[in-house]
Amino acid sequence: MSRRRHSDENDGGQAHKRRRTSEPIEIEDRLESLICRVGEKSTSSLESNLEGLAGVLEADLPNYKNKILRILCSVARLLPEKLTVYTTLVGLLNARNYNFGGEFVEAMIRQLKETLKNNLYNEAVYLVRFLSDLVNCHVIAAPSMVAMFENFISVTQEEDVPQVRLDWFVYVVLSCLPWVGKELYEKKDVEMDRLLSQIEGYLKRRVKTHVPMLQVWTAEKPHPQEEYLDCLWAQIQKLKKDRWQERHILRPYIAFDSVLCEALQHNLPPFTPPGHMPDAQYPMPRVIFRMFDYTDAPEGPVMPGSHSVERFVIEENLHCIIKTHWKERKTCAAQLLSYPGKNKIPLNYHIVEVIFAELFQLPSPPHIDVMYTSLLIELCKLQPGSLPQVLAQATEMLYMRLDTMNTSCIDRFIYQLVCSSFEADCLTLDLDKPKPKFVKEVLEKSMRLSYHQRIVDIVPATFSALIPADPIFTFKYEDESASTLPGYATSVTVSNAIKNRASNEEILAILKEVPNPNQEDDDDEGESFNPLKIDVFLQTLLHLAAKSFSHSFSALGKFHEILKTLTESDEGKLHILKVVYEVWRNHPQCDCFHGEERQLICEVSSCWNEPPLIFCRLFIWEILHSTIRKMNKHVQKIQKELEEAKEKLEKQQNKRRDSGEDEDMEKNSEDEEGQLEEQIERLQEKVESAQSEQKNLFLVIFQRFIMLLTEHLVRCETGSVDISTPWYKNCIERLQQVFLMHHVTIQQYMGTLENLLFTAELDHHILAVYQQFCALQL
Amino acid sequence: MSAKLNALNSDSYTEVSQYRDQHFKGNRYEQEKLLKQSNTLYVGNLSFYTTEEQVHELFAKCGDVKRIIIGLDKIKKTACGFCFVEYYTRGDAENAMRFVNGTRLDDRIIRTDWDAGFKEGRQYGRGKSGGQVRDEYRQDYDPARGGYGKLAQQQRSTEARNTF
Repeated sequence: MSRRRHSDENDGGQAHKRRRTSEPIEIEDRLESLICRVGEKSTSSLESNLEGLAGVLEADLPNYKNKILRILCSVARLLPEKLTVYTTLVGLLNARNYNFGGEFVEAMIRQLKETLKNNLYNEAVYLVRFLSDLVNCHVIAAPSMVAMFENFISVTQEEDVPQVRLDWFVYVVLSCLPWVGKELYEKKDVEMDRLLSQIEGYLKRRVKTHVPMLQVWTAEKPHPQEEYLDCLWAQIQKLKKDRWQERHILRPYIAFDSVLCEALQHNLPPFTPPGHMPDAQYPMPRVIFRMFDYTDAPEGPVMPGSHSVERFVIEENLHCIIKTHWKERKTCAAQLLSYPGKNKIPLNYHIVEVIFAELFQLPSPPHIDVMYTSLLIELCKLQPGSLPQVLAQATEMLYMRLDTMNTSCIDRFIYQLVCSSFEADCLTLDLDKPKPKFVKEVLEKSMRLSYHQRIVDIVPATFSALIPADPIFTFKYEDESASTLPGYATSVTVSNAIKNRASNEEILAILKEVPNPNQEDDDDEGESFNPLKIDVFLQTLLHLAAKSFSHSFSALGKFHEILKTLTESDEGKLHILKVVYEVWRNHPQCDCFHGEERQLICEVSSCWNEPPLIFCRLFIWEILHSTIRKMNKHVQKIQKELEEAKEKLEKQQNKRRDSGEDEDMEKNSEDEEGQLEEQIERLQEKVESAQSEQKNLFLVIFQRFIMLLTEHLVRCETGSVDISTPWYKNCIERLQQVFLMHHVTIQQYMGTLENLLFTAELDHHILAVYQQFCALQL
Repeated sequence: MSAKLNALNSDSYTEVSQYRDQHFKGNRYEQEKLLKQSNTLYVGNLSFYTTEEQVHELFAKCGDVKRIIIGLDKIKKTACGFCFVEYYTRGDAENAMRFVNGTRLDDRIIRTDWDAGFKEGRQYGRGKSGGQVRDEYRQDYDPARGGYGKLAQQQRSTEARNTF
């Protein structure tokens, strides 16, 4: 007794008062926690937990009704993998308190409208699915749900709207049917049949240009890469044939049937789908990734077929679990592995397939690549006896099918593999073919994470041709044997000058001595660039700074001015890149680093004049994409500055308006406003010029692609040769990759791209890539 | 709209740890504030032979790395098993805390933690012998971190002398 009192008063007299005012917050947190946690591992059964929770919430309704409503609406939106747990809970509450049920339905409709207004289409799907499952819990009357579906499907009659809008409304309806199809068919079979035939009509006439761009493999065997609506339609068809018998979904409400069927149902208010707005961003279409079927899981439960609705539900739930827990890899792994109903399915195979589906998703994975690798590692730690084998099986399968795999996906596969250090097998040594190239890239990236000798030690002798070269710096003027090269003497002098910390002027004076091999004696064109000068200076500098990245970077930074002087022309810039490439030829990682100098941005395409083999190396593309990203960051930074200045001006204007009429103050704020307006004008110009640079960058890149591809196509045509060489496949997929990786930025410049580059005169092979890209948002 | 559920927003891998730099110039409150806004990570348990390039390759998976500062032995000026990685954005650093912390580099499990920001002088080990403090006192043999801990090394040689 006394001990309790002591702890009560540990803060002195205030404690009692403080606790009273903080109680409601504690209770709200407790409610949140109780609701969020229901359905997790517990000593009692799910049913008794739900029963208990319903009782607690019912008792709290008088005081905390709004809070409870908001929490339940949130879990409906954010925890779709526990859909049926929460619909059962709502069903129980509705049975005890009819008014609350009605208010909940209204709150959900309001939330649905908001999510649609805010372009949160994926969450809207979960809300509609929740509502449809409430039919199973006797909260919502079936006919009113059918009416909502009919309103959704009527959207397919709209004209002059993006196809992705119509797609979404069809997808929502179809994706609810695994949960509620049976119930709706029992009550309203005529209307449902009509609905389904309207859907079928729509699916037949919709355009599917986008599909090739989104497929991970170009081959149809062994697993076709189906467009997502086609796959879902096939699954629903099969479900219908099975008379809507669905056996996978966990349905706690069945245990409460006697209680729930006594409850009164509510009618959904008539819901008109919001009209199309120009700034609406509908979800992009997808292709369903499959890599396993029932033949792959050797023992244990059979994997549901690709057109079974069970497959759809399992994949949906696993994707939702990753979406909820991706930030915490251990929790995510644990949640995936404790998927309810796991004893009836080969869960490890499903998990691995879903993870690779996300990793390989085009245009880009839903979450950062490195998350998937760390998740796979955690999964292997939790299931060391079974999961690594599945992963090894998956890796082998992916390796065997590299020939038809999309290049972007191969890149991601490489990253994933290197992080998890699995062994790869190699069959042929044709270095242009995907498999040996793949192994080479894997080994090279592995080397970046460790060191050359290590790779030599662990790679079997048969693959020694694929081991990357020792990443040492190649210095042209290294030793005495180079003394016959022009510029050798200057190189030595420059080297000493740099070591002795000579000034920029002194170094430029030394370089003046270098003859220009390009200049004719009577050449009157003034300062054309001197490639030898650049060569000597840069090589010498980089050789001195070769110790590490940081050294190289500070060297380039310190002598920035000299480099600028030597390379005022575009050709000069090009040449710098060539020299850097020569120097770090065997150390591609360093090449990536140097490529990021902003002053060299537009000339990155110079790498493409190199022999085709280099063109296929991964690091060239790393440079390209990194450069584009840097440019994007640059534009965004200036845009942000502009926004901030505009906000400041607005605040200032508001302050002046509100504060009053003191003459002096007015003058001061007028001045400030004037300055801000000037600043905004300047920033506006800066933004426009940055955007113009950005547009130019893309124009240059696409132009180069078109040139190279057209050359190849023309050559093949005149020689009557098949165009599909490995080089061609790589090149065209790299073009696709540029579109996919930067689709948000490129959207802004579509008009210019279409007018200047992707015109009707272009070879149809190249134009197809552009058209597929456009189809992603139409 | 609806409630932002605290229970669902758990992001424990990015939380600030208990460690506070004793040499930090400023009070606890200021240090915590900086830690919560920082884009810089401390990386520990590296091998002495791990290069900047290796660190870059690993951490670049989370975003563009602004700079890497390899920790040095104060006396020998050689790598002594830690470094700082600075990103351009906090979001990238958070991803490193979520997905790189606790994974392997050069076959060693590395550890990342928030850092208040690099200042000149912080790249040096603070142990008496010039390396990190942890290498002063540890008793185990770690070939990638100079073998035995410094104290253990001294004890060994004293023992050897006394025996003969």
